[in-house]
Amino acid sequence: MDTLIQYLQYFVNGITLGSIYALIALGYTMVYGILKFINFAHGDILMVGAYIGLLTYTALLGSSTSAVWMLAAFFIAMIISMAFCALLGMFIERVAYKPLRNANRLAPLLSAIGVSFILSNGAAWIFGAQSRRFPYPFDDTPIVIAGLSITPHQILTMAVSVIMMIVLTLFVNKTKMGKAMRATSLDQSTSELMGIDANKIISMTFAIGSALAAVGGILASFDFRVYASMGTMTGLKAFVAAVIGGIGNIQGAMIGGILLGVLESIGAPLLGIPSALRDTIAFAALIIILLVRPEGILGKNEREKV
Amino acid sequence: MSLLKIDSISVRYGAIEALHEVSMTVDEGEIVALIGANGAGKSTLLKAIVNQVPLTTGSISFRDEVITTSARHKKSVPTHLLAKRGIALVPEGRHVFADMTVEENLDMGAFFIKDQDLIARKKEEMYDFFPILGARRKQKTRSLSGGEQQMMAIARALMSSPKLILLDEPGLGLAPLVVQDIFHKIRIINEQDKVTVFLVEQNARMALKNSSKGYCLENGRIVLSDTSSALLENDKVRQAYLGE
Repeated sequence: MDTLIQYLQYFVNGITLGSIYALIALGYTMVYGILKFINFAHGDILMVGAYIGLLTYTALLGSSTSAVWMLAAFFIAMIISMAFCALLGMFIERVAYKPLRNANRLAPLLSAIGVSFILSNGAAWIFGAQSRRFPYPFDDTPIVIAGLSITPHQILTMAVSVIMMIVLTLFVNKTKMGKAMRATSLDQSTSELMGIDANKIISMTFAIGSALAAVGGILASFDFRVYASMGTMTGLKAFVAAVIGGIGNIQGAMIGGILLGVLESIGAPLLGIPSALRDTIAFAALIIILLVRPEGILGKNEREKV
Repeated sequence: MSLLKIDSISVRYGAIEALHEVSMTVDEGEIVALIGANGAGKSTLLKAIVNQVPLTTGSISFRDEVITTSARHKKSVPTHLLAKRGIALVPEGRHVFADMTVEENLDMGAFFIKDQDLIARKKEEMYDFFPILGARRKQKTRSLSGGEQQMMAIARALMSSPKLILLDEPGLGLAPLVVQDIFHKIRIINEQDKVTVFLVEQNARMALKNSSKGYCLENGRIVLSDTSSALLENDKVRQAYLGE
């Protein structure tokens, strides 16, 4: 019985972690869906998002200890960070990727790695090498239900992630711009014939992906603290999640993210892997999926048109 | 009045010249056919009209305004702005958005239209005109047959109420009866909706029977042009394209 509860606990922890991966994976997958390009600077956007969130939150909070204002300040900080990262994502695309759109496919990839270095080293230069704690915007005493303990920040993480994913799904399926985004990802040259400006769609995709990464970065910093290279491993794992789900597929990124979080959380104790080697699970999962189903869970085996 | 005027355009893919100083005109209200074998440059010509391949010489005007030119593209109108001007292209191989429903595909065809009532009205018109699309409006386009997808692609192009519709091999890979049905619809679009049609086809007989004027393209050059009825009687055309 105790073991069962323990594993349920790992499962809950896994879903929390996974929803963060999912938010970040969405950015990789949406950009890939349209440009067939892996934005390796995406992980660093989440770091920028975490810093902007932390700085605005502390600035807004000041010396106030009002519980309501703490939560309000947190959400305001999150929205400011989303807006900042959306603009940053659009700016990076415009400056570092757009000029290379017709170049060799390796060129934008290398450019992305360069941007990644600029962002992480720039952050280390500005904010220093010390990691910072993101204070909880509430009392984070765990709530215990039938032996299962859930902390308020876990609930916040899941709630915010679920809301973001629902909003994104509605946007993509119900709005004109969302449909245009899908059309562009399915067939860019035909969508241009319909009057859809691919440049606008690409900018929008970077903005949305980066805003979601900002949220992911802020939520991740409760567990992992805020530091200049925080985006590297989390970003890489979110990328793995996107591949597992089927890169280019939005639902796939959500499923892949949650699945990876749960696998990591349950896999380590189940297989007796020391927690220091926990990261190997994600990459083992990547290798397995690439061997068994390279197109990912929801990915389609794309055939080139003859 | 000429609606579309192609003035001595050339297109080059590396060392290969796909089109060599091609000139032609499409008058308002006409159905014009361009026939030619595989690889003659037909699709390239359509892509040049919608600015998806660069010109090395010449220019293209639509309603007396230059839309594409070789002069380093300075005066060229980007592809995504041509729909608004009244040009719709139904690409070869249909290129429906396979993962989207019939209705969503039609929505995309009306992308630049802001008036929601107009879009709804146009959709109903399309469902009346192509009843099979009405029956399948909530289905993913992937599940449609080839003929249905072709109708879908034509309906999508008509959503923007174009002045000129460019059709790239609308009969390709379809059963003869379906091809007949599609050409019948094309004539209705032309006669009732007053849409000018520029038709590119390998199926020369079908294309010439359903058009008023025809051009023959061979290795990137226009080798013949006449009224379609004259071309149907032309010995060279009969030998080369009609297999008689």
